[in-house]
Amino acid sequence: MRGLAVFISDIRNCKSKEAEIKRINKELANIRSKFKGDKALDGYSKKKYVCKLLFIFLLGHDIDFGHMEAVNLLSSNKYTEKQIGYLFISVLVNSNSELIRLINNAIKNDLSSRNPTFMCLALHCIANVGSREMAEAFAGEIPRILVAGDTMDSVKQSAALCLLRLYKTSPDLVLMGEWTSRVVHLLNDQHMGVVTAAISLITCLSQKNPDEFKTCVSLAVSRLSRIVSSASTDLQDYTYYFVPAPWLSCKLLRLLQCYPPPEDGAVKGRLVECLETILNKAQEPPKSKKVQHSNAKNAILFEAISLIIHYDSEPNLLVRACNQLGQFLQHRETNLRYLALESMCTLASSEFSHEAVKTHIETVINALKTERDVSVRQRAADLLYAMCDRSNAKQIVAEMLSYLETADYSIREEMVLKVAILAEKYAVDYSWYVDTILNLIRIAGDYVSEEVWYRVIQIVINRDDVQGYAAKTVFEALQAPACHENMVKVGGYILGEFGNLIAGDPRSSPLVQFNLLHSKFHLCSVPTRALLLSAYIKFINLFPETKSTIQEVLRSDSQIRNSDVELQQRAVEYLKLSSIASTDVLATVLEEMPPFPERESSILAKLKKKKGPGAVSVNELEEGKREGGELNGGGERGGDSSAIASTPSPSADLLGLRAGPPVTAAAPSAGSLLVDVFSEAGVNDDGFLRFVCKNNGVLFENQLLQIGIKSEYRQNLGRMYLFYGNKTSVQFVTFTTTVTCPGDTLVLEPLIEGGAQVQQVINIECLTDFSDAPLLNIKFRYGGALQNLTLKLPVTINKFFQPTEMASHDFFQRWKQLSLPQQEAQKIFKANHAMDTEVLKAKLLGLGMALLENVDPNPENFVCAGVIQTKAQQVGSLLRLEPNAQAQMYRLTVRSSKDTVSKRLCELLAEQF
Amino acid sequence: MQFMLLFSRQGKLRLQKWYVPLSDKEKKKITRELVQTVLARKPKMCSFLEWRDLKIVYKRYASLYFCCAIEDQDNELITLEIIHRYVELLDKYFGSVCELDIIFNFEKAYFILDEFLLGGEAQETSKKNVLKAIEQADLLQEVSTQSVTSEHLCKCIATPQ
Repeated sequence: MRGLAVFISDIRNCKSKEAEIKRINKELANIRSKFKGDKALDGYSKKKYVCKLLFIFLLGHDIDFGHMEAVNLLSSNKYTEKQIGYLFISVLVNSNSELIRLINNAIKNDLSSRNPTFMCLALHCIANVGSREMAEAFAGEIPRILVAGDTMDSVKQSAALCLLRLYKTSPDLVLMGEWTSRVVHLLNDQHMGVVTAAISLITCLSQKNPDEFKTCVSLAVSRLSRIVSSASTDLQDYTYYFVPAPWLSCKLLRLLQCYPPPEDGAVKGRLVECLETILNKAQEPPKSKKVQHSNAKNAILFEAISLIIHYDSEPNLLVRACNQLGQFLQHRETNLRYLALESMCTLASSEFSHEAVKTHIETVINALKTERDVSVRQRAADLLYAMCDRSNAKQIVAEMLSYLETADYSIREEMVLKVAILAEKYAVDYSWYVDTILNLIRIAGDYVSEEVWYRVIQIVINRDDVQGYAAKTVFEALQAPACHENMVKVGGYILGEFGNLIAGDPRSSPLVQFNLLHSKFHLCSVPTRALLLSAYIKFINLFPETKSTIQEVLRSDSQIRNSDVELQQRAVEYLKLSSIASTDVLATVLEEMPPFPERESSILAKLKKKKGPGAVSVNELEEGKREGGELNGGGERGGDSSAIASTPSPSADLLGLRAGPPVTAAAPSAGSLLVDVFSEAGVNDDGFLRFVCKNNGVLFENQLLQIGIKSEYRQNLGRMYLFYGNKTSVQFVTFTTTVTCPGDTLVLEPLIEGGAQVQQVINIECLTDFSDAPLLNIKFRYGGALQNLTLKLPVTINKFFQPTEMASHDFFQRWKQLSLPQQEAQKIFKANHAMDTEVLKAKLLGLGMALLENVDPNPENFVCAGVIQTKAQQVGSLLRLEPNAQAQMYRLTVRSSKDTVSKRLCELLAEQF
Repeated sequence: MQFMLLFSRQGKLRLQKWYVPLSDKEKKKITRELVQTVLARKPKMCSFLEWRDLKIVYKRYASLYFCCAIEDQDNELITLEIIHRYVELLDKYFGSVCELDIIFNFEKAYFILDEFLLGGEAQETSKKNVLKAIEQADLLQEVSTQSVTSEHLCKCIATPQ
């Protein structure tokens, strides 16, 4: 295509971006006029222009025409024209429905042409586009082509990967069937290319349907065994730089990672033999000096090691793998050092190889110090983190701290989190922990996130053996002329709580402490100042002798008239509190903080969030399962329940530690009132009813497990997020959940989000009205014992309410219309909770109906209106709640267009007030 | 594999292949970000890096960077050799391939890639088989030769040991 070459040369010769754009616009105008012209273009010209458009698009310009011409090319008899047509479609397809039909038609013709070259072109196009429309059109046809006996090998290869692409984009459209078993047997195909292509498909299908494909394990093992034991020339063109079939070998090893170790002894023996051979080959002298040879060989080796780690059952192989990786740690190839560090991270979490990994600590520390590439240093830091246990924690933490001083900015925050977690997890004596965190703040204060300094305070509060030491250390740290604001925060909080423990020493007498803190005050931001003010009021309680000095400070214009509302409010309130409250009241209000409830470390949560699920190695997801009795393990603290009881709001638990001003009682907290009211019932076994009027909170909690819920509803649809929290220090094994739905009145699709181990999303559709809630069954193993738990999911009919506003007149008119006896349900019951109007209102709003003001002639009564949206019908409902404060009774009346709804609503609500 | 990008030392995109559905806007953003990241790296640095939740594997051949994005469980080294095999295929087809060949015959570069990788997975790893498929297609195609000269991507590929 001479014209195309000339055009490309022109573009390349353009001296400036403007010139290029000018040339392109000229060409676009030319092509447009050619396409619009009266003269019919011949195939060659069409091909040339379409190709030019493609080139322009690839230069980064938008193309909004030419699609039709490209589609025309698809039905050309000339291969080259067809090919360009397909290329254009593959690169530039948009979901113009008109065109998709034409394209699909052309593809269909080519697929049935029995010309293998045409068939491949069509299959490539489907694989490249992979749209849903194509899946709808071809997902049924392609499996047939794939397994048909007379299909050419090259077509089979394309069909396999084409199907894979469709399965990835629209798994629901690719139906399993008779072809599935025949696909597995492609692993035995004579043609290596067919096996190479088919195995990618089989791997993907096995991940989703392991049982249906499990026969592939023995086939894969025997294929692998044949490759591994073949001489380097046996496989002819599939040998790559003296390595037999490296791509296929890697894919086979990858497929085996979808399954547990083979149960059949013979198969397993053969596989272990393969793995040993691969490990042996790594020790043999290379057959070529080319990097391609070693890369291909090591690609297989790393994949084999991944499989060994996946099985985690062959101590001998695990240790050998570890030794091999140890050699790579000092290899001259940066790539290998990188991969060895990465791979060792996973080995470190296996109990069989953990010790072996630890022997490489010096090399890894050295890598952290000397590697020139930051991504390699990052891997070294990850590995140090993974190999850390009680025996080497002090060394590792010290090394990480010293690395932090020079670490790249991009990884500092993560490093800080890691140091903080390790220090906490392996703290034997807590003075070491406090020292470490304070060092962390000193070295990298800017990167110490809130979670980290919240955590140190949490721990100091919970451990009385470290409080005196902490107070002394922060006091000393604050003496530094320039100290980080985070240090001031921690210092303010800790001295406010425990300053009395060091007040005996005249060098840290109350006034000295106060003056030290206050000397930092003016350099700090508003939140820190707020915290310091709270520390001051705590001082007044701890040390009455500082009262006048502190009152003086609070009274100063810069506090009491501060332009910041929060600061001003604190100053005013604290000043007032200190002057009017008696010593007893003051002591009660400003009492030492109660211990924080133990829960998953908020830092750990932060690291997980930062790295994303799956990116964190297994052992850190389950907090310190290897070491018993960590600081953070739930088992250590027997008195957990008291800690929970002292936190008034379990529904805030999902948020993690509630931080902020140390004086909770004095801080304005009107905003959290609603939450507290709704969750006053605390944690009990029947979480279900507590969710009638709210959507979020803790559904269930025992010593092992906490289940939190967040849900949202719109019309007849809902989505519920379940959060499973492991409260123990041990991993839960085979954690499975099933949701069953009585009577099929709701459609639930439980789906575990990819990789996330703690969150589950359920989509809900209400088909018709219902009374029975769906059941959630949870099974898992904890310390060998099977735990089985069934809970009602709090999906109730009122969740699908649409509020309806109406005037008094309308309300009573409708009320009268719903006068059939079965349409009404009524209950009279005793009040279970205080009869507070605001609380009642909040609950009724939570119910989902519109709360109608000024409708009922009696202002004490509440009336509500709403429409329940189900797929089948809409059910209008009206409600009237009449409280009788004297008798502490309620009368509840519900009228709906459907009797079952009235009855159910009445039952649900009777338990709420 | 999620996508493959070929770009020059000057940051000009020469070939892009996407195996996951993304909007044009997103593609452009990713390309810009990755080209920048990879070009900023020094020659001796390792060929792999973490990027978003993907792993990037890249290698430079003469003036061109070949850059692949793979998923967490995918094998970095074998991906590096996928790149190399593709370079070999181009080299064999064009006869000592250089950047200009890819510019002027971009459609061929795409066709060869489609024969080698499909849907982001290796379809046919035998050099002979891939080239046979392309040559068969070429038999049906009129010949258009371009005389171009620029630095060859691989000087030592033609004669494997």
